[in-house]
Amino acid sequence: MSIDVETAARVAKLARIKVEPEALPALAQEFSAILGFIEQLNEVDVEGVEPMTSVTPMRLKRRVDVVTDGNQQEKVLANAPDAREGFFAVPKVVE
Amino acid sequence: MLDLAYDTPKPRVISGAKHDWELVIGLEVHAQVQSNAKLFSGASTTFGAEPNSNVAFVDSAMPGMLPVINEFCVEQAVRTGLGLKAKINLNSAFDRKNYFYPDLPQGYQISQLYHPIVGEGEVLVELGNGLARIVRIERIHLEQDAGKSIHDMDPNMSFVDLNRTGVALMEIVSRPDIRSPEEAAAFFTKLRQIVRYLGTCDGNMQNGSMRADVNVSICRVGQYEKYQETQDFSHLGTRCEIKNMNSMRFIQAAIEVEARRQIALVEGGGEVVQETRLYDPDKGETRSMRSKEEAHDYRYFPDPDLLPLEIEQSWVDDIAATLPELPDAKKARFINDFKLSDYDASVLTADVESARFFEETATGRDGKITANWVINELFGRLKKEGHDISASPVSPAQLGGIIDLITSDAISGKIAKDLFEIVYTDGGDPAQIVEDRGMKQVTDTGAIEAAVDEIIAANPAQVEKARANPKLAGWFVGQVMKATGGKANPKAVNQIVARKLNG
Repeated sequence: MSIDVETAARVAKLARIKVEPEALPALAQEFSAILGFIEQLNEVDVEGVEPMTSVTPMRLKRRVDVVTDGNQQEKVLANAPDAREGFFAVPKVVE
Repeated sequence: MLDLAYDTPKPRVISGAKHDWELVIGLEVHAQVQSNAKLFSGASTTFGAEPNSNVAFVDSAMPGMLPVINEFCVEQAVRTGLGLKAKINLNSAFDRKNYFYPDLPQGYQISQLYHPIVGEGEVLVELGNGLARIVRIERIHLEQDAGKSIHDMDPNMSFVDLNRTGVALMEIVSRPDIRSPEEAAAFFTKLRQIVRYLGTCDGNMQNGSMRADVNVSICRVGQYEKYQETQDFSHLGTRCEIKNMNSMRFIQAAIEVEARRQIALVEGGGEVVQETRLYDPDKGETRSMRSKEEAHDYRYFPDPDLLPLEIEQSWVDDIAATLPELPDAKKARFINDFKLSDYDASVLTADVESARFFEETATGRDGKITANWVINELFGRLKKEGHDISASPVSPAQLGGIIDLITSDAISGKIAKDLFEIVYTDGGDPAQIVEDRGMKQVTDTGAIEAAVDEIIAANPAQVEKARANPKLAGWFVGQVMKATGGKANPKAVNQIVARKLNG
């Protein structure tokens, strides 16, 4: 599967990564190369093989339903470019 | 369990300019899991806290923070699945749904696209008058809620509160088995009733604890049956999804409006485009959410931060063993044990608290009389003051006491209402109040006769008229009741008045 310039531009936009138009052809080519590698992997017959999710058998770690965190409004907002009255303030986004 | 037989409701048909059209509707209901802490962090889920105070660094997506699942949220999802008679998947997994929005700091929502925790189930949706439909549930998956954006605090800025970010949601997805706006509302109501019985979601729609996305399509008469036979969606029209509604009224209105829009479009030679739309209750229309379309490519992939979620059948069995009696079973039992009508049983089992109140009051008493008092007097009075049953100043023992006084003929129905009002406002033991205030019904015929004689003697003209026209005897009954302060047994008064007038 080969990725054209338009698809590369779309992927960049969805990922909110700014790519200059002149850089797009090279990016598209890189994508195509990666997908080519995936296609190669696809040739391996994995019929009936369980996906491996960890090297050693591990169980998903659980927590109990107890409040152990929060009450740190100042810290949460510390890195925000703009915060007002306890909220993050961002450029207007409205449907 | 009593076997209740129902007829299937007819689908809603809307006549267009050229043809008749039927509606096909499916719902995706987002129900906030009732838990103390969030799905993947230890921050609180409490509603209405100071902005950004219930936020862990996991929720604000600080680099390096890792999600750890709240086991109770998983239990709640399993419990909900069991309550919907659904298949529980012992192996499920989490995926990332990628999109950008200011109230989603991770840049993705952790959800379960490929392997949901709950599979197929069903809900009995009753519509009254002996009509009901089984609506199939396709799946329930666990996912994170997003934060809240506030757009009206500043002309140029949006304000973001992450308190809700990461709270556990169950997305309950129905099959397209719903055929009218009323059924959609009834389905939502029933789901809400079930999750509230289960204690897995508080069902508070005002706070957004339960909201629905509604999928609507139209088809020509007969097409739906073809879909049912084959489960092939090509027999149905293209659907549109109306997002994020949190009121029954809006759900119904939006479906109606959207169906009419699609009919006009198709009959005018156009085509329905599959898209996400927003219902505007002020304008009474739905409109396309174009920005959502752009982002519709969510590029799902398995979340590498989370191992698959494996649960044991024995754990599921333990949860199943603790399930409460659910609405259908409770209603059937009330009809059976207390001889209630279908309607009364529905009203009394609408929520657990009402059902418990009724059952406690009705035990050892007449079911029908108790139902009337609970529904008409108590619920009516509570509604007037905007209270729900948990705030009732009258206890089951007190209401039972009033009912005992009626059934033993100690007080008349009219006095019982006065007594109820006294107990409601001042409290106290009904029997004692009746004793103290002399509210006992006069069944002593001698006393009633004396009162009748007195009134007959004082109103010779009325007596003449009443002898000519027996219907006027009611006036005498009224006078006697007035003279005895409403305490005379009405049946006895009627008999004595009739006898004396004719005598």
